[in-house]
Amino acid sequence: MSSLDTIPVCTEVASGNVEPLLHEIRHALQRLAEGKEGTVIDLKRLPLAPGEEERIEATLGTGEVRAEIDALGPTLIQETSYPGVWLITHKNADDVVVARFVEVTYIPELLRSQQADIDAGIDRLEDELKN
Amino acid sequence: MRKDQNLGEYLRMQGVSRRGFLKFCSATASLMALPPSAVSQVAEALATARRPSVIWLSFQECTGCTESLTRSHAPTVESLIFDAISLDYHHTLQAAAGHGAEAAREAAMEENKGEYILVVDGSIPNGNNGYSTIAGISNYEMLKEAAANCFAIVAVGSCAAFGGLPNANPNPTGAVAVSDIIKDKPIINVSGCPPIPVVITGVLAHFLTFGTIPELDALGRPAAFFGQNIHDRCYRRPFYERGQFAETFDDEGARKGWCLYKLGCKGPTTYNACATLKWNQGTSFPIQSGHGCIGCSEPRFWDKGGFYDPISAGQWGSRDALLGAAAAGAALGVGSALAARARKKKAQAAEEV
Ligand code: SF4
Ligand code: SF4
Repeated sequence: MSSLDTIPVCTEVASGNVEPLLHEIRHALQRLAEGKEGTVIDLKRLPLAPGEEERIEATLGTGEVRAEIDALGPTLIQETSYPGVWLITHKNADDVVVARFVEVTYIPELLRSQQADIDAGIDRLEDELKN
Repeated sequence: MRKDQNLGEYLRMQGVSRRGFLKFCSATASLMALPPSAVSQVAEALATARRPSVIWLSFQECTGCTESLTRSHAPTVESLIFDAISLDYHHTLQAAAGHGAEAAREAAMEENKGEYILVVDGSIPNGNNGYSTIAGISNYEMLKEAAANCFAIVAVGSCAAFGGLPNANPNPTGAVAVSDIIKDKPIINVSGCPPIPVVITGVLAHFLTFGTIPELDALGRPAAFFGQNIHDRCYRRPFYERGQFAETFDDEGARKGWCLYKLGCKGPTTYNACATLKWNQGTSFPIQSGHGCIGCSEPRFWDKGGFYDPISAGQWGSRDALLGAAAAGAALGVGSALAARARKKKAQAAEEV
């Protein structure tokens, strides 16, 4: 039996949602540049035709920063070729995508060290030094 | 997770960092169809959430709904939601059987009086109660007894929500929906044959997060998932608007991915989240795979004419005349969503008569 990816799938269909989404990102970036708040767009909420998510990704391209967080499965944080526009992909422990966001911000919240983790870290380091 | 623990404490004990918790909250907010801006509220609520008791009753069903749920595509996040509820009785999943299992159900009901969530899959035979029994107790009796002291009922699947397949003509068992029997409790209908697994978990996550009933549509379904029809969110919609329809499953239109309306797609009258949430780890949904929607999340979908007949043919008279009208309407850019809603209302009114 042939594997799934050898079955031809029509990928030229357009939902008409890619361009509006890219404009939404442009508007969000303009707002950010004017000192207003950032924006998060949930990519799984939009009706997209097969291949369109890849088109969005290709249009945004990859920028200078790429980070991987290892918490409840991997999370990939990629700055796109447009500084301030980040693509965030949350995967579970089985490497399956559970949520995908475009975040328009200076630095995604998840990249910062979190206060609760810092506090727990101080305790651990103190314990370590006592022993 | 201990019953007196809140979710925040539980996750910390499991070694989940604050970052991991925020990721869990983002995925949960996305699961509940909440805007990403709601993540901080979700985080605040989840950190202190207590573990609700859930009793799951399976009546006249094919176990497809439980299968769907146990195949949900986000094991890490969703198993956390499952750890976070206390599934005190589910006779398909639990190891115990017979009188021991029923005793455990009764104990959980007593202990969580007025607070437990009752999940039901399957319809209830209301002609002869002997058609379906568990440990000698009829489905009707068990539902009445378990519903009496619950906080709310989640009717999972089209059978529990609307009677589903067992209720199809000639309905030999006299199958009815939960809402036909229970009138004094909030009922959330999570319809679908089966329902999308993340919708089931999304509703449980809503309880867990907010401890309230989510906003419902006119048929008692959570509006976050059933507020829009398949057609409104279908990526083939531009073809519908241009009147470009596949006529057979292997013609040029089918190969080019045109609209499946003429091949019986029930998307215009079907409210569900398949077009965005999709199935099988978010891979695809029927229309993306080249088959029309069969309307499985709507009442009496089984009796609404052939799956391969256009909606117009099944419900509203002559097939050819109406197909012509639909195509002309599409070409003129008539608001098809409005038309679909009107059709749906009409269909509901016709059913209520
Ligand atoms: S009729 Fe079906 S295939 Fe056509 S646009 Fe509507 S939902 Fe999509
Ligand atoms: S596309 Fe239609 S028939 Fe298929 S699962 Fe979704 S609602 Fe049911």
